[in-house]
Amino acid sequence: MKKILKSSGAQSFIASLACIFGGLLVGFLVLLAIEPTGAFQAILNVVKNFFYYSRTEMQLKYLGNTLVKSAPLLMCSLSILFSYKVGLFNIGAAGQYVMGSCACLYAALVLDWHWTACILFAAVAGALFGVITGLLKAYANVNEVISGIMLNWIGLYFTNMVLANAKDAASAYTYTLKAEGKAAILPSLGLNAIFGNNQYVGIAIPLSIIFAVLVWLILEKTKLGYELKATGFNRNAAKYCGMAEKRNIILSLAISGALAGMAGSFMYQTDMEQWQVTIASVPGMGFNGIAAAFLGGLSPIGAIFASFFIQHITDGGSNVDLSIYCSQISDLISSLIIYLCGFVGFLKYAMNSSNAGAEGKKTTEKEDSVKKDDKKGENK
Amino acid sequence: MVLLIQYTLLFACILSLVALGGCFSEHSGVINLGLEGIMVMGAMGGALMMKYLPDGTSAVMIVLATILASIILGAIYSLLLGVAAIHFKADQTLVGTAMNMLGVAMATVIVKSINTISNPDDHSSIVQYISEKKAFVININGFEFSWFMVLTLLIVIASYIVLYKTKFGLRLMACGEHPQAADSVGINVYKMRWAGVLISGALGGLGGICYITTGVSEWKFEYGVAGFGFLSLAVMIFGKWKPQNIVLAALLFGFFRALSNVYFGFDFLKNLNIPSGIYNMLPYVISLIVLAFTSKRSRAPKAEGIPYDKGTR
Repeated sequence: MKKILKSSGAQSFIASLACIFGGLLVGFLVLLAIEPTGAFQAILNVVKNFFYYSRTEMQLKYLGNTLVKSAPLLMCSLSILFSYKVGLFNIGAAGQYVMGSCACLYAALVLDWHWTACILFAAVAGALFGVITGLLKAYANVNEVISGIMLNWIGLYFTNMVLANAKDAASAYTYTLKAEGKAAILPSLGLNAIFGNNQYVGIAIPLSIIFAVLVWLILEKTKLGYELKATGFNRNAAKYCGMAEKRNIILSLAISGALAGMAGSFMYQTDMEQWQVTIASVPGMGFNGIAAAFLGGLSPIGAIFASFFIQHITDGGSNVDLSIYCSQISDLISSLIIYLCGFVGFLKYAMNSSNAGAEGKKTTEKEDSVKKDDKKGENK
Repeated sequence: MVLLIQYTLLFACILSLVALGGCFSEHSGVINLGLEGIMVMGAMGGALMMKYLPDGTSAVMIVLATILASIILGAIYSLLLGVAAIHFKADQTLVGTAMNMLGVAMATVIVKSINTISNPDDHSSIVQYISEKKAFVININGFEFSWFMVLTLLIVIASYIVLYKTKFGLRLMACGEHPQAADSVGINVYKMRWAGVLISGALGGLGGICYITTGVSEWKFEYGVAGFGFLSLAVMIFGKWKPQNIVLAALLFGFFRALSNVYFGFDFLKNLNIPSGIYNMLPYVISLIVLAFTSKRSRAPKAEGIPYDKGTR
């Protein structure tokens, strides 16, 4: 048992569970404060999400919906954790996601490109925004969080302007891919049949998981990943070891941006939602990615489950009784989870020191018994 | 033209207030990236106060009560940052980000449920304060003078005096530069950092209410404050963490932000036929450019963002 507690993976898992529990608890208290009767049912509905529906077919269909949105969320969280490993907090993932959406929708609706080309274009657009942040960080020492936020807003207004060319004059939403860009719809690979004929389920889901594994491979098993992480631990030390620390910063933000950009295409090329060109706030996908990245203990594999969970409760939010509560309760819960993730370091420290304390006692006991043995020997 | 000056001053007020908030917190050694969320919470406090004040309240009372509510709510919300960053050594970037998201989500949930309880068909997150807002402005020949302008000026002067001319301010700044040295001469670093965080919460909350009373008389809380908390941090960096420079930086940024509100009032700008999106982008683009040129030689407090640990040397 103690051995398990000592392994860092298990500690991350326990810490994440504690964060989830804390977030749900406070969310429940807020619901209680709004209206006590039905609060428990409401939080239950949030946690249940697709289980809320009684028929298996409907459950599968809504599970499909959650999975469809989990894929871009996973990409965003990969983007954030990748740069975080390099010591950079890429809050600009939200803007890179927006730019990716812009690029893939423009390519799909106006240029009629094939879906693979659209994904690549989205990745390039996201990477471009990442590179801007990286250049500013490496050469002008601009805090990546602040430049990221600025780029988020620049990207949003830019996207609204560009995509205004890809919509009906009467509508605020871009054309559906079904109507104007059939070639860009992601293939379903027959996955839709499994999920109660949910037409949006498709290749994005397995692709995003493949990317998670790829990110893990790059970070853990390649020289590049080692160099990037070394730069993250200590920029100067990496420099003295002969690593191109400036190049590493820019490169990691470019990769990070490409991942977030592809998240945009995994979202909009399913044709599940259309871009609203009058939108006045940066979409939450990139920010939820932060929640998923930290909840997953900053491991790509953990991020897979964390992304699903965050999307699960976000979708579950719409199941609350909307005449009393509001669906933003799940935003509240996921942001609380991020806040609580700030305490993970302390929690791990506490777990380690309590383990060390227990071990310390053991060794002293052992020493005592050894001493006793010695004394016995002397007596003889 | 009058309109441009008016909005420039108003936006400069918001930016200076919030930037000063960031300035206090960073001088004490805590990076406050949660200013955006603090602004939202402060704005909500003020907006709800305006909503619930009885109809016959005098203008002075409205102004005082609203401002007080914003300041208190902003300061209370900043406790979240204080607890995590000062006592639990949490990653301040992460906590700040979480606070920004939490601020918007919490304000939306609270306002929506208030609206829904009073009217079951109302699911919006909008608070209206049309008549109360008039208490804040005095119309002088078309120029809408706002009490926030006076207040901001006073706070800027006060901040300068507090930071550079009082024992408290100098001690506060010592904690942001070298907390171990400050501790060795008997300054309580934790207390000073708490002071910095709480002041930044109060000023952030004040900036929030100033933001939602600028040009509009109702606010939809789902929107947050459109990156103003972060623009303020850019202002603070550009202003080199000094109150007197922060005001000037705020005026510059305020001007570009105001331009996007009133550009259609100028014929030559209108004739250029630039889409409104460009004007909306402008303050953010300018801030990026400015940051690129000023961050290299930044005079940031040396110990900012590093949790204080008595045991380290």
